[in-house]
Amino acid sequence: MKIKKNTPLIDQHDKFGFWGGKFGGNFIPETLKKPVEDLEILFKKLRKNKKFIKERDYYFKNWLGSPTRFIKLHNLTNYLGGAQIWAKVVSDLNGGAHKSLNATVHCLIAKRSGKKSVCGDTGAGYAGKMLSMAAKKFGLKCKIFMGAKDIKRQKPNCDAMKKNGAEIVPVYTGSQTLVDAVSECMRYWVSNCDTTHMCVGSTVGPNIFVKICGWSTSQISRELSVQIKKEFGRIPKKVKLLNCVGGGSSSFGFWNEFMHYNKKQVEFIGIEAGGPKKSKRHAAPLTYGSKIGILHGAAQYVNQNFEGQIEETESISAGLDYPGVSPLHCFLKDTKRARYTAATDEEALSAYKLVTKHENLSPSLEPSHAFAEAIKLAPKLSKDTIIIVNSCGDAHKDRDILKQRLGKF
Amino acid sequence: MTISQISLTFKNCKKEKRPALITFTVAGDNTKKNSLKILNSIAKNADILELSFLHNCPIADGGQIQNSTYRSLSNGTTLKDTFQIAKKFKNKNPKKPLILMGYYNLIYQNGENNFLKNCKLSKVDGLIVVDLPWPENKKFAKKCKKKSINFVQLLSPTTSKERMKKIIKDSHDMIYYISMLSTTGGKLKVSPKKILENFNKIKKINKNKNCVIGFGITNKSIKSFKNSDGVVVGSEICKEITRSLNNRQNPVTNVSKVVTRLKNKIL
Repeated sequence: MKIKKNTPLIDQHDKFGFWGGKFGGNFIPETLKKPVEDLEILFKKLRKNKKFIKERDYYFKNWLGSPTRFIKLHNLTNYLGGAQIWAKVVSDLNGGAHKSLNATVHCLIAKRSGKKSVCGDTGAGYAGKMLSMAAKKFGLKCKIFMGAKDIKRQKPNCDAMKKNGAEIVPVYTGSQTLVDAVSECMRYWVSNCDTTHMCVGSTVGPNIFVKICGWSTSQISRELSVQIKKEFGRIPKKVKLLNCVGGGSSSFGFWNEFMHYNKKQVEFIGIEAGGPKKSKRHAAPLTYGSKIGILHGAAQYVNQNFEGQIEETESISAGLDYPGVSPLHCFLKDTKRARYTAATDEEALSAYKLVTKHENLSPSLEPSHAFAEAIKLAPKLSKDTIIIVNSCGDAHKDRDILKQRLGKF
Repeated sequence: MTISQISLTFKNCKKEKRPALITFTVAGDNTKKNSLKILNSIAKNADILELSFLHNCPIADGGQIQNSTYRSLSNGTTLKDTFQIAKKFKNKNPKKPLILMGYYNLIYQNGENNFLKNCKLSKVDGLIVVDLPWPENKKFAKKCKKKSINFVQLLSPTTSKERMKKIIKDSHDMIYYISMLSTTGGKLKVSPKKILENFNKIKKINKNKNCVIGFGITNKSIKSFKNSDGVVVGSEICKEITRSLNNRQNPVTNVSKVVTRLKNKIL
C-alpha cells in the first residue's frame, strides 16, 4: 500500500471507491445508488468549475473569515521548554469550528443540484450548527439528527441550531450519540433522497462524502502552508502537525497540503479519544488496533465485537465520540504516513486547563486532546522543532461539562 | 442443475394464481425460542420466510424492525443463534424456503466463505444483503450461486432502466423490488398503481424472473398487489410482536393470526 505522488489523496481510490484496496467503498442500499452517483457526477464537474471555486473562495473569505490565524503560543512554549508550540486557530471561523467549511460546500452543491433542503448529522453539535447556519444563508430548509445524549451535553450548539431555524431530530436508539445520529440521518436520506441533499458531517460515510468533506477542509492546510512559508521563509526541517481525530475531517484538512513532504520533515500525529482513564471504552480505533469493519457505508477500522456489532464508545468530547474513523485515516495509518495515539478525558481536561491558563485561547475538548499530546511531546524536543496544533473548535459549547468537571468556565 | 426450492415455490403459487407471501421476522425476537416457534407456526401460511441476522447499525430499517432488532440483541442473540434457529426450522420444514437477510459487516467478520458454509449447514435457501449493492456484490453473488444459495438482488424506484437490465441479468431466482423511497415499514407513500407500473417494467425486461414487492405493505394494502409474483410483509409482523408484549399476550399466536389474515387477502 503506497501513497501516490501528484494525485490528491481523496482521488487515490479504485473504481469501487476503496483507498488502498480496502478502506472506504459504497456499502449502501440500492435506493441510494442513484443519488450517490448523481452527487459524484455533480461534484466531479463542480470541482473543475472556475465559477464554483470562485464562489467557494468568496464565501470562505467573506463569510467564514478565512484565513484563520496562525500564532505562536509563547507562554506555553516558555512554560514547557523544548519545541515551539504554535496553533492554527481554525475556531476563528464563523461558527467557531472547521465544520463550517464542509457545511458551506455542501450547501453550495445542494443549490446547484436544485434541492430545496438539506439534512445532516452531528455529534458535538458543530456540524449541525454550521449546516444550519449555511442552510439559512443559502435559503435551504434544514434538518439535523443528533443523539439524545449529545443534545443534553452540547446545549449551546443546539440553541444555535434552533436560532438558525433548523429542526433538531433527537435520536434515541443505541448509545444515543453520533453513531446513531449518522444512521438515522442516512435512513432519513433513503426516504427523502429525491428532494433532500445529505451532508455527512465528517470524512466518513460512502466514498463521495469522504471526498467532499476532505476537499472542503483542505482549506485549512492551504492557508497554513502559505502562513508557515511567510513566517519561516520555507517549510522548516522539523514540523509536527498535531490534530485530534474523531471522524477525521479537521485533521485530514490540516494535513492534506503537506501530504507529499517526507514524514521526517512534516510529521502527522493524530490524537484519538481514549475515553475516561478508568474505562475500557474509548473512541480510538486506530490507536487500539480495532479490526476493519463496515460502518455507515464504508470499510474502516471500527470498534466492534467478534461478530461485527458496533461497540459503544465513551469520550468526554462528543465530537470524537465515534466508533469508526475516516477511510482516509485508515489509509494514512497503513501507509505509515501518519501516526496515531490517544489522550484520555482527564488528559484533555488538564491540557485545556494549562492552555487557558497560559494563553488567550480556549480550545474545545476535541482539540484539547491534541494539546495534551503537544504538552507531552514538547519538553522532549529541540527548540527548532515546530509543533503546530489545530485548534479546530471553541470551548464555548463545552461550558457545562467544563463547569462540572473543573468547577469553572 | 436442480431447481431451487425458491423457484418451485413461485411455480406452485403461480399454479394457484396468487402471489407468494413472504414474511420477515428478526432472529431471536422476542426470544430465541419464540422466534423459532413463530417461524414454525407461520410456515403453514407463509410461502417464503425471511429471517434477519442482527446488526446494531441498521441504516435501512425503520422503527418497528429496529425495535425488534434491539430487543433481540439485548436478549443476547448472536449470529450463531441465528444459524441454529434457521437449522431447526429447516429440519422441521425442509421444503419451505428460508432466506437470511442482514447487513454486510456480519458476513465480512464471519468471512464470506465461512458464512456461506454456515448457511449450507443450516440449509438456508437464499440471502439478502441490504448494503451490498450491484456491482459490488457480483463476486459474492457468484460464490452464493456456486453453493446453490440464491443471492437476491434488490431494485428500487431510483434504479435506472439500464442498471435494472444489468442487475436482472446477474440475478438468480428471485428479485426484490423496493416499493418506494423509504426505510422498511414506512407508510406507503406511493399508490399501488404506480408501484405495479414499475413492477411491470421489471417484468418486461425479463418476464421469467420472479419479482417480489416489499416495503410498506400491510394488511390494508396487500390486496392491491395480488398480481405480483410475491409480497413481503415485515414491519407489520414486528409491530405485532411489540404490541403483544405490551399487552402481555402471546406473540406466537398473535403473529400467526396476522399472517393467516394476510394470506386470506391474497387468495
